[in-house]
Amino acid sequence: MQDRPSAEKLLAAARAFLNETAMPQLSGQAAFHARVAGNVLDILARELALAPGFNKAEQARLESLLGEDGDLATLNRKLCEKIATGEMDLSNDVLKNHLIRVTMGKIAIDQPRYQGYKTAQANGWPEEELGD
Amino acid sequence: MKICCCSPFLEVAHRRREWQFSSMGSAEKETFESQMAALCARRFDAPLAHLKRLSGGASQESWTFICDGEAYVLRRNPRGLRASENALPKASEAAIIGAAAKAGIAVPQVSFVCDDEDGIGEAYVMAFIDGETIARKILRDAEFDTVRPKLATQCGEMLAGLHAIKIEGLPDLAYSDAAGELEKYAGYLQSSGHPHPVFELAIKWLRDNLPETRPPALVHGDFRNGNIMVSPEGGLVALLDWELAHFGDPMEDLGWPCVPSWRFGQHHLPVGGFGARADMYAAYRAAGGEIDEKATRFWEILGTLKWGIMCGVLMVSAFESGADPSVERGSIGRRASETEIDLLRMLIGED
Repeated sequence: MQDRPSAEKLLAAARAFLNETAMPQLSGQAAFHARVAGNVLDILARELALAPGFNKAEQARLESLLGEDGDLATLNRKLCEKIATGEMDLSNDVLKNHLIRVTMGKIAIDQPRYQGYKTAQANGWPEEELGD
Repeated sequence: MKICCCSPFLEVAHRRREWQFSSMGSAEKETFESQMAALCARRFDAPLAHLKRLSGGASQESWTFICDGEAYVLRRNPRGLRASENALPKASEAAIIGAAAKAGIAVPQVSFVCDDEDGIGEAYVMAFIDGETIARKILRDAEFDTVRPKLATQCGEMLAGLHAIKIEGLPDLAYSDAAGELEKYAGYLQSSGHPHPVFELAIKWLRDNLPETRPPALVHGDFRNGNIMVSPEGGLVALLDWELAHFGDPMEDLGWPCVPSWRFGQHHLPVGGFGARADMYAAYRAAGGEIDEKATRFWEILGTLKWGIMCGVLMVSAFESGADPSVERGSIGRRASETEIDLLRMLIGED
């Protein structure tokens, strides 16, 4: 068990330093890169909070879809093969639902303000689940 | 256009997102500035003034300067080094821009291509054109409200003119077609070893829906919001960034501007976030061009996949190999998921 403070709290402190102390003193390209670094910390914060649950949900769906066990990378490679050969496509509702949820989960971590994500939400696409 | 130091041009230039000598060390700055002063003395017999780097273009450097009362732009490979494998040599780029100008396409006038004696590497100098290239400003700033609804039509007209240029007599550009371009990017994905089921789905669809072959045309190769210059008075006033020009399927240039990544938050307007496909297509046809809408759809989806693989494979590899360890490069890798959600929406038929 790792000791305190938690990763979440440390990240938030680094984020606050960037926003409140570093950024106001920077200009030009350094200010731009500081903004990018801040976005990266936000990705990490969301990944810490969401990815463990998302990965479990993805794992469970892949095992059921492919009918076999394995780690996420192996199962995803198997899925890629089946898509590449045409054995599975979007006419398969289970596959379609799986890809929608996985992709919604990735974008929820990487860039939840992306317009394509908001459009998908407006079209009623389901969010990724937090598996257990 | 004659320019003096108190002219509106300078105010416009100051409003732009720009940074002077941003990525150069101080010794390098001094060397470059003295090289540019020597270039101005030799080429214009006049002193150099207001040398500034324009923002953007990790693969290209653009500098503005004033000499003898005229404003110019210098385009060169980063720090004068060799171009990336896909980019045209600067002399060919300048020659293609010249050919486009002759055909009546709105482009900046090329003044000269730099030679060894200029000592700044592969570069050329062209006339400065006043206007905006930052996509988000074009889409949001009130000064563009009047011209914004006309842009898709102007894009269609411009592309019809570009694709009507006879390719005989042009510099010998690389040829690339739909299948070749698709397999190049499929190969990048394959060699990365990281699984992307949505990219695989797109590749399968693209292989099953290859467009029919058309006679090759001059294709700009990067026609999108960000590479067009827009003025509040005239709308589309120049087509920039010709380093990816090639011979190929003209439908590529009609698909690429509709890739969702180039809509900058205005998803409901497919052409660059400012217009409708129907407007661009109608103008293209009215100007004598023929459109194969199955092919433009193919190029939209391939374009989205290409940007996704650039982010999720090529940028990631540049970052992880240490070739470019910057936080900017690394974070672009995480933009692949934006293209995955767009590709899924396209393949399901929702875009």
